[in-house]
Amino acid sequence: MKNAKNGILEIGKATPRADARGKVTGAEKYAADYYGDQLLWAGVKRAGIPHARIKGMELEGARNHPGVLAVLTCRDVRGSNRQGVIRQDQPVLVDDKVRHCGDAVALVVAEDRPALAKALDLIAVEYEPLPGVFDMETALKPGAVLVHEDNAEGNVLLKGELKTGRGEAALTECDVEVTAFFEVPRQEHAYLETEGGVALLREDGTLEIVVSTQTPFRDRAEVAKALGLDLEKIRILAPYCGGAFGGKDGITVQTLLGLAALHCPGRPIKMQWRREESFLAGVKRHHGRLHYRLGAKADGTLHALDAEIYYDTGPYDHLGGAVLALGLEHAGGPYRIPHTRLRGWSVYTNNPLGGAFRGFGVPQVAAAMEQMMDMAAARLGVSPLEMRLKNAVRRGDKNPVGVTLTSSTGVHECLALLAGQELWQERETWKAAARSFRLRGVGLACVMHGMGYGPLVPDCGNAKIEITEQGVFRIFSGVVDMGQGNAATYLQIAGSILNQDGDHLELVQPDTGKALPSGSASASRTTYTFGNALIGAALALKERIVRRAAALVENSGGGEDFTMAPGALVHRPTGQLIPLPQVARILDEAERISVFTFQAPVAAERPTADQNLQLHGIPHRIFSYGAHLACVEIDELTGKVEVKHYCAVSDCGSIINPQIVEQQIQGGIAQGLGYALSEDFIVENGRMATPDLSAYIIPTAMDIPDLGTFAVELPEETGPFGLKGAGEISMDGPLPALANAVADACGVRLFRYPLTAERVLQALAEKRGEGTGP
Amino acid sequence: MKISFLLNNREIELDVPSDRRVVDLLREDLALTGTKEGCGAGECGACTILVNGKSRLSCLMLAAQLEGCSVTTIEGLSPGDALHPVQEAFIEHGAVQCGFCTPGMVIAAVDLLRRTPDPDRPAIRRGLSGNLCRCTGYQKIIDAVEDTSRRRGKGKAS
Repeated sequence: MKNAKNGILEIGKATPRADARGKVTGAEKYAADYYGDQLLWAGVKRAGIPHARIKGMELEGARNHPGVLAVLTCRDVRGSNRQGVIRQDQPVLVDDKVRHCGDAVALVVAEDRPALAKALDLIAVEYEPLPGVFDMETALKPGAVLVHEDNAEGNVLLKGELKTGRGEAALTECDVEVTAFFEVPRQEHAYLETEGGVALLREDGTLEIVVSTQTPFRDRAEVAKALGLDLEKIRILAPYCGGAFGGKDGITVQTLLGLAALHCPGRPIKMQWRREESFLAGVKRHHGRLHYRLGAKADGTLHALDAEIYYDTGPYDHLGGAVLALGLEHAGGPYRIPHTRLRGWSVYTNNPLGGAFRGFGVPQVAAAMEQMMDMAAARLGVSPLEMRLKNAVRRGDKNPVGVTLTSSTGVHECLALLAGQELWQERETWKAAARSFRLRGVGLACVMHGMGYGPLVPDCGNAKIEITEQGVFRIFSGVVDMGQGNAATYLQIAGSILNQDGDHLELVQPDTGKALPSGSASASRTTYTFGNALIGAALALKERIVRRAAALVENSGGGEDFTMAPGALVHRPTGQLIPLPQVARILDEAERISVFTFQAPVAAERPTADQNLQLHGIPHRIFSYGAHLACVEIDELTGKVEVKHYCAVSDCGSIINPQIVEQQIQGGIAQGLGYALSEDFIVENGRMATPDLSAYIIPTAMDIPDLGTFAVELPEETGPFGLKGAGEISMDGPLPALANAVADACGVRLFRYPLTAERVLQALAEKRGEGTGP
Repeated sequence: MKISFLLNNREIELDVPSDRRVVDLLREDLALTGTKEGCGAGECGACTILVNGKSRLSCLMLAAQLEGCSVTTIEGLSPGDALHPVQEAFIEHGAVQCGFCTPGMVIAAVDLLRRTPDPDRPAIRRGLSGNLCRCTGYQKIIDAVEDTSRRRGKGKAS
């Protein structure tokens, strides 16, 4: 069997992941797998009402229940009782009022789960219900019910406007103009490991939290502030996540567990959200409403775009402002459009909380823009491919927010590779071969995705690597691996530089007590930023080791005569082998550790003077690109859409491990196909109508076809070994590619998603003139 | 109540509440945390184990139902450090990402290959459709199972 352990880890080679063995045997411990001696269980009383004041709480019954150690409310929180990444507007435990059904009103700690469940039942909360605001249009009207009375902008969390050229005024100069309104659903992450962790307050006052998180260092700061603790007294440990996709980008259980631990010192306390609780309290991809007007010249050149974007962020910031900002920046897609006006609103409501989800505001705008491209192409009488080739950006062009693309820009290469595929070349033959009562269609989508934090928030990785006395290289990962494979890639990077095999490399999972702060596992940045830092740290350590080894060999001829080998150094002129432990032992403890900081470069231009928009991430400098092709077949009698073939070409720079990149691209497409076809987190008057996996339908093995995935490997000069982000780009393409394919098949376009059988059937009926149905 | 059963080829006797869920018994009482819980409602398949050789959802079983049974969890799928061919194929084909669905998926694949000698890709897809994976898009999982089956066929032929 090919195993990472059997050879030198090399760049560019498809290598089985170092973490796969522990996961496939069940030996790997996730946060969910931590228990501990004398374990206590913590759980949350959820509001279950979307908007209300708390008039009183009956807690005595719960407190007196056998096995209950603590029943806590906001009065037990000594810090700010607020959490949030940019705006801290979310209470740990509700103090002033309830703002959505998933709000936490009380926290219980008990000896076991039955006692915990009973105690939570025994808590009675008396509410004064308040009128709620459940849709964005209502929320933005003057006099609307306010979610946060103290917010100067009413129910607007963030609004932004970006303008280039003559903006929307240039639409009058166009030969064709297409207008449309799109509505995209909320999407639930549905990671298999729900939110959870274990906390322990040690005798020395250290609060230790093992948690499924993407952001251990930021969590530490948030826990400290919310609970009024000294940052130095908090240690967060972040094992491999059982999936996260953005849903663990920020606080889930951390502050609650910390609070529980403060009141029950000396005993480990576990909290694991049930699936229904995860659905209720976890963040969602933002429901979006998008108004688009796109204008082109008769020769097919795009000329002007006016876009209005509304994202329902629910009651708290979480990362809702940043999500909107990334949506705004990508609203015009990977095209040259000289005149644009892009406006967006992130709107507070009493609906479930919107937040980070792979794609981060881009899938919504890509859904709109890529269909506008097809609609414009149809009006101009050119093919969707020609329309895109004519307008796609090249390096040196300005993107739709007016920022010059100075980094590798491979969208043309993606389109060219896609156009050569048999699926595209033979599409008309394939479509014509549809059986009776079947309609076939083919659709394209072209996407781009920015990497990193934008211009103001420093996007830094701080790598730390140690050679142990046993001669093993130990990497202290600063960025969580939530499944995307960055940990294995870090080993591959270090292995390649130090010429080591898997037996001489180990990785320590992110631990704020050991690793150095390196930001979040998000924004398609994990391998780019930390990988660059790790290269620096590994090279410095290598140089130090070789220099010291030279001193061990008489007439060594200096460091240039040495080559590293697994577990040893080779003095080439003599063939002498120096075991690494021998070198490690002559290094001082401090010398055995090498650290290196990398800060990602930022764009030189600023498309907006709005400091707040810059803080929220506008603009980016480096983008990944993709071109997607979907072939669908529709059952005319049922409306069911089946994806028969799917192909994606991606520009994610050079590739370190082709297997991991394929995993990312395939996984993102699968989530995108779910978003396009079946996933709809339905909310009625603030209450979820899809409370579990039997009502909220994610794709099974029967719903995803075999996916063709290709890469154009244009090196990104600033990337580690030429790489740029691959984590999100493939999530952006499936919905528009499928929507375009369905429109191609049906001859009628759907503007609300997902593309359920019911919607497709109704669209077909309307097209035949059979009315709109009941 | 007292129950006795065979767990990963080892006789075991326990005194547990008869209504204790098997997933809790395995994970909390016996520290076999390779069996995962993703939903607690039989929707996701992460808690799949083998009971008398057949795949079962341990979140939907109670302790009393194990009496006299032979139970195999991911930890007992192959002896010692050796890997089951399905596990080897999962590693080689990149079928593992976050890995939280993996133990259940591997067990389901083992059961599928036991029931179906030479499944084609649609049959593999059907056979694994009770196990949700949110990371992979399933393709590399199907690759791994297909390859295991192919290699097994070759082994028999020679």
